[in-house]
Amino acid sequence: MAKTLLELRGVSLAFGGLRVLTELDLSVEEGEIVSVIGPNGAGKTTLFNLITGIYEPDEGDILLDGQSIVGLQPHQISRRGVSRTFQTLRLFLNMSVKENVMAAAYGHTHAGIFRSMLRTPGMRREEREIDRLAEERLAFFGERLMGYRWNQPAYSLSYANRRRLEIARATAAKPSLLLLDEPAAGMNPVETHEISELIGRLREEGGYTILVIEHDMHVVEGISDRVVALDHGVKISEGSFDQVATDPRVVEAYLGTKATATK
Amino acid sequence: MTDPTPHSPDDVPADGPAVGRDEWVARHDERRLARGRLLGPLEERLRRVPWWAWLVLFIALLALVPAVSGSGYVRRVAFDTVLYMLLALGLNVVVGWGGLLDLGYVAFYGFGAYAYAVLDSDKFGVHLPTLVAIPVVVALGAILGLLLGLPSRRLTGDYLAIVTLFFLQLFQTVMTNGDKAFGHNLTGGPNGILRVDPFHAFGHSLVVQHQGVFAVSYYYVAIAIFAVVFVALWLVNRSRTGRAWRSLREDPLAAEAMGMPVSWLKLMSFSFGAAVAALTGTAFAALNASVFPLTFYFTLLIIVYTMVILGGSGSQPGVVLGALIVSPVLEMLREPAKGRILFYVVLVGGALVAFRVSRRLGVIVAATVAFGFAAHAIANAVDHSWVAGEHAGGVSGALAHWVVVPAQLARWLTPVSYVGLIGMALVLTLVYGRLRVALLVPTLYLAAFVWENVMLTNPEPARYIILGLLLIVLMILRPNGLLGERRVEII
Repeated sequence: MAKTLLELRGVSLAFGGLRVLTELDLSVEEGEIVSVIGPNGAGKTTLFNLITGIYEPDEGDILLDGQSIVGLQPHQISRRGVSRTFQTLRLFLNMSVKENVMAAAYGHTHAGIFRSMLRTPGMRREEREIDRLAEERLAFFGERLMGYRWNQPAYSLSYANRRRLEIARATAAKPSLLLLDEPAAGMNPVETHEISELIGRLREEGGYTILVIEHDMHVVEGISDRVVALDHGVKISEGSFDQVATDPRVVEAYLGTKATATK
Repeated sequence: MTDPTPHSPDDVPADGPAVGRDEWVARHDERRLARGRLLGPLEERLRRVPWWAWLVLFIALLALVPAVSGSGYVRRVAFDTVLYMLLALGLNVVVGWGGLLDLGYVAFYGFGAYAYAVLDSDKFGVHLPTLVAIPVVVALGAILGLLLGLPSRRLTGDYLAIVTLFFLQLFQTVMTNGDKAFGHNLTGGPNGILRVDPFHAFGHSLVVQHQGVFAVSYYYVAIAIFAVVFVALWLVNRSRTGRAWRSLREDPLAAEAMGMPVSWLKLMSFSFGAAVAALTGTAFAALNASVFPLTFYFTLLIIVYTMVILGGSGSQPGVVLGALIVSPVLEMLREPAKGRILFYVVLVGGALVAFRVSRRLGVIVAATVAFGFAAHAIANAVDHSWVAGEHAGGVSGALAHWVVVPAQLARWLTPVSYVGLIGMALVLTLVYGRLRVALLVPTLYLAAFVWENVMLTNPEPARYIILGLLLIVLMILRPNGLLGERRVEII
């Protein structure tokens, strides 16, 4: 059995009186693709914010590779191999497409300011590597991010390509665990289909373990090894897609009970 | 009929509509080359010129200034302009790249000047060699920047602005009252520190004046410092740190999530800006041989910010250009004759930009000219003293028959014309079409009247009013500054 990469033990978080996550247990094995589903406000994005260190849990522990990451700064967690995309795109819009990806290499590169000023051989070598890495990560998306100039500013990209660029940027941080927050949101059917294939390729070719939040059930069905359903901050179901999709509690969370549902 | 939605990107015919591909952007180069047989390729050529070639050309042009003009005044203005360029470059690190609104910036400039004055003057009898003093001052400036950054690193936007503004005030207060600090005279108080050493190394001193004329040596030293700072910052900007700074400006949360230590980067940005400002301060103190607290205050802060905003915050060539425009313009406005030329050039240029070369522009110009001569003739016919002030004000030529300059300006006329002009300008923004053109003519004339009668007699406030107007007009025409990249907010 593969080893556990990420483990959440009894994680709770409340904003004032609002309990966003309650006693959540979750584990992700290395090489797995796990989908998190649930209605709006279920706590999915909060879960991501907890794992990446933007919030700190009130209770419980989060382990990455067996070591607790609670209390670490987000950039420290990123250096330990967790990278993410955002549901509401957060690109560096006024920087070029390529620079967006290059910027994310900060965590695993070392040249300081003075070495940059002097352009030492080591710094130049590192810079070439960052450059190559960025081109490689952008090339991963085929012609979607190749067809036009990498030197265009990121704001000139279409919505779908911005989503792709966010994934490229996240992978440039060289993560072992990739958190994708609604990668198919706002995409047309063709692009959604492409994203499903892409997530599969990310695991096959990139070797990433992937935790993904997604509302599109076709995507969830197509990619997931395992599905976790949240509602009101509580895990209500876990298992294969078919198990979760037919779980009465999940159906209830999405559609309401028979008594309240009309028709 | 078939389903119009392609099921895979491979189904799309090569020449058909490409879903998800940014067609417009993809053809950017084609469009640029199609712009004309001459202009397109020329632009392409110019774009390929490496950055350092532009820099060498620019510095060569700067270095030629003393050769073109032997006047000490011109050289002095050129020297001040180079110092302003340095200040703008330093502020660009904090504001343009780091995205941090630092309103205490000139305090670091003042700190550099004071630190140099303390290390190289009779004040405490310390006379460090310049090659030792400058690195020490720069290091101290960087440390001070770090210290200010420490408590402010979690602040952004307005809150950071307030804290840094407070720091500037604190610096000012300490320097002004430093003559009674615990019973010691540390800073000379309002009288500052006098008899500061010039730059000196290896037994030689850089003279400020040679036979009564501003010597070029300091100018060349300033250019050398400028070149070093420009290149250093350029290289930092194209490195991992520069990219991280700009990421921090764009989105601190995303930058942090992508492995960039945001707090540390902010501190570094503060510290670097402060170091550049402190370095500039040493040259300022050495040249003037004295430092006074009030030099480093809001007026200077506003001027440096104007340069950065006008030139294009975030762009190094932009902020240099901003300094290159603002500094000489402020100098020109000191002298009525030069200020007058500037004023009319801006007036005509503004009309040209607003209306292009069109029949409407012709009508407006003709009407304004006619309006002026008519008003002048009428005023002359009624009472000659109404137009007798021309020679006192230095107006000559055709202008003297156009603009009315009374020998004795009635007391009430100053505020009335001033407020009237502002009122007319406001009304102009509310009306459209022919009425606007009709109202523009008397407004332009009134502007000339106010300029000749009110503003030229008070050049000091007029300088800043003109600077403000320049900024407003340019911000409307180019919201991101002259050389600034197009900016978008998060959408």
